[in-house]
Amino acid sequence: MAKSPESEHPIKAYGYAARDTSGVLSPLTFSRRATGDKDVRFKVLYCGICHSDLHFAKNEWGMSTYPILPGHEIVGVVTEVGTKVEKFKVGDTVGVGCLVGSCGSCQSCANDLESYCPKQILTYGFLYHDGTLTYGGYSDHMVADEHFVLRWPENLPLDSGAPLLCAGITTYSPLRHFGLDKPGMKVGVVGLGGLGHVAVKFAKAFGAEVTVISTSSAKKQEALQGLKADHFIVSKDPEQMQCAASSLDGIIDTVSASHPIEPLLSVLKQDGKLVFLGVPEKPIEISTYSLIMGRKIVTGSATGGLKETQEMLDFAAKHGVTADIELIPIDYVNTAMDRVLKSDVRYRFVIDVANTLKAP
Amino acid sequence: MTTSPEFEHPIKAYGYAARDTSGLLSPLTFSRRATGDKDVRFKVLYCGICHSDLHFAKNEWGFTKYPVTPGHEIVGVVTEVGSKVEKFKIGDKVGVGCLVGSCRSCQSCASDYEQDCVKQVFTYGVPNFDGTQTYGGYSDHMVSDEHFVLRWPENLPLDSGAPLLCAGITTYSPLRYFGLDKPGTKVGVVGLGGLGHVAVKMAKAFGAEVTVFSTTSAKERDAIEVLKADHFINSKDEHQMEAARGTLDGIIDTVSGDHPMAPLLNALTPHGKLVLVGAPESPLEVAAFSLIMGRKTIAGSNIGGIKETQEMLDFAAEHGITADIEIIPIDYVNKAMERLVKSDVRYRFVIDVGNSMKAE
Repeated sequence: MAKSPESEHPIKAYGYAARDTSGVLSPLTFSRRATGDKDVRFKVLYCGICHSDLHFAKNEWGMSTYPILPGHEIVGVVTEVGTKVEKFKVGDTVGVGCLVGSCGSCQSCANDLESYCPKQILTYGFLYHDGTLTYGGYSDHMVADEHFVLRWPENLPLDSGAPLLCAGITTYSPLRHFGLDKPGMKVGVVGLGGLGHVAVKFAKAFGAEVTVISTSSAKKQEALQGLKADHFIVSKDPEQMQCAASSLDGIIDTVSASHPIEPLLSVLKQDGKLVFLGVPEKPIEISTYSLIMGRKIVTGSATGGLKETQEMLDFAAKHGVTADIELIPIDYVNTAMDRVLKSDVRYRFVIDVANTLKAP
Repeated sequence: MTTSPEFEHPIKAYGYAARDTSGLLSPLTFSRRATGDKDVRFKVLYCGICHSDLHFAKNEWGFTKYPVTPGHEIVGVVTEVGSKVEKFKIGDKVGVGCLVGSCRSCQSCASDYEQDCVKQVFTYGVPNFDGTQTYGGYSDHMVSDEHFVLRWPENLPLDSGAPLLCAGITTYSPLRYFGLDKPGTKVGVVGLGGLGHVAVKMAKAFGAEVTVFSTTSAKERDAIEVLKADHFINSKDEHQMEAARGTLDGIIDTVSGDHPMAPLLNALTPHGKLVLVGAPESPLEVAAFSLIMGRKTIAGSNIGGIKETQEMLDFAAEHGITADIEIIPIDYVNKAMERLVKSDVRYRFVIDVGNSMKAE
């Protein structure tokens, strides 16, 4: 008989978890493994709320095993390290993102692309190497294999830096991989939410000329004045889209809601790249003609490997890139989830875990 | 009143043309311009029949202006050159492919990517810069700007080499651009027709391990024994498709009929590329999730620029790549078109224009 979350490991832990597809989170007492040779144990200080947390909590992707204890934008301070840990010591500030394990031997792992490993282990809701469920950062402390722990750069704020562990790497990685990180590149960002606003910041930090593409003009001022985007166009306005025809080297599409992509393909230059980060529920429809004429590509990107995540954090620290956040206590988390659903946040909630999550 | 095809230019020409959407081709007397300073005039020896010829003849794409004389896989011998022509002389063997004009000043033209120039001029069926219609290679002779004339490599057969001018460049270009031209790369080719069989030959010449996907298991023998593909998969066989999951670095999809993308995307390794060179009519339906998990790409490619077409011909000559053809006299052309609709040809018809096209 499977052991309960509370007894399957020797070290007590507590957090907030969803028990069913309502996705409502409530206190959970569970347990974490003892600190292994290569493990880093840390007290959680902050954890960002990613939209994926909501998808998982409600089992919208059909792979949730309850209880789901979300959180994969986790910043904390080291309390214990295993005997073979080399990179960290007690007192270090660290981060853990979307992955806590991978096979370590496939082509993707060998190329520091653990996020594409077919045997990757997500920070929460997945089975770890020992067969037990992983629990995320809406909890008092965590333990993770050193390889999956990030060194927190000195001058990067802990709270507004936390969302970079998912939103940051998710947008940084495709900008680099698809060559959109050169000064003067013309980059479009679709959607101005958790992912989108960070995409704008990174693209600007790379020296790109950034166009925010949105379905309404409501966010124009924020885009241009708040985030310093260079242009703002409304995708539902044919005239604006026509003016922008064949002008962009690449587009980072962060929108999860289903939306037409032909207009986006039309604003790409020859050899332009449309990169999906958000996951629309319905299949996207693409006319082959739009791909063939101009050799355009439609592709996707999923977070990034550990090496690149560290690189991203260091880049963010150097260029002053952080997320725009609303700091909340843990007991606000269900209201926060409701607001995430309505995109009613500028632009990421971050849970002040250390100060508000109390042992039961 | 517009001048008739026969009188709009000073030099008499004759060929076969379609007059209406039946697509039936019959003799046409028309005319071609005098040899300009930069023009190359040549007697047509051979012309391949491309499926596009059929689409155009029947106005399936909606912009055909009759009469249309198809043919854009044209090989001939030079009979006259203009005073400023530098690369050719009388007696040279030459080829003309899908384009006879472009603006020569836009970004696309400057990057040897004339096929994306908004002012590109197709070899047949569209207005040229002087406002008169272009006529293709199902005719006794042609005249073309030097820039769009290809030098015919010495040891490349004229008849079986002709289809390379469209089918060849259409498959060579994406193999190069998408990095599928390295020895040991695992490349899939979907569809074994005019484009597909040349794609297999090009990929093999690059040193790839080639898998052919076809809905016709009768083509297995040809694929493996004649074309030397390494593997053959019947795409209707679920088990075979499942066994191919995650194995291919890239796929060249030559099929024009509607067909599902998901099984092909599944066959790609992470970071793999699915490149469409056929043009299915209905929009493609692609689950964004399948692009994101694996950072896979779906893309298109359209012929190639003139510089790359020359490079492709030289490569073909060096590696002994020609199309598998059935040579026909011009008066067989309507029958050939009917057989083409049924894919009843291994794998390209080539019209023996030089020997069978007679003046009226």
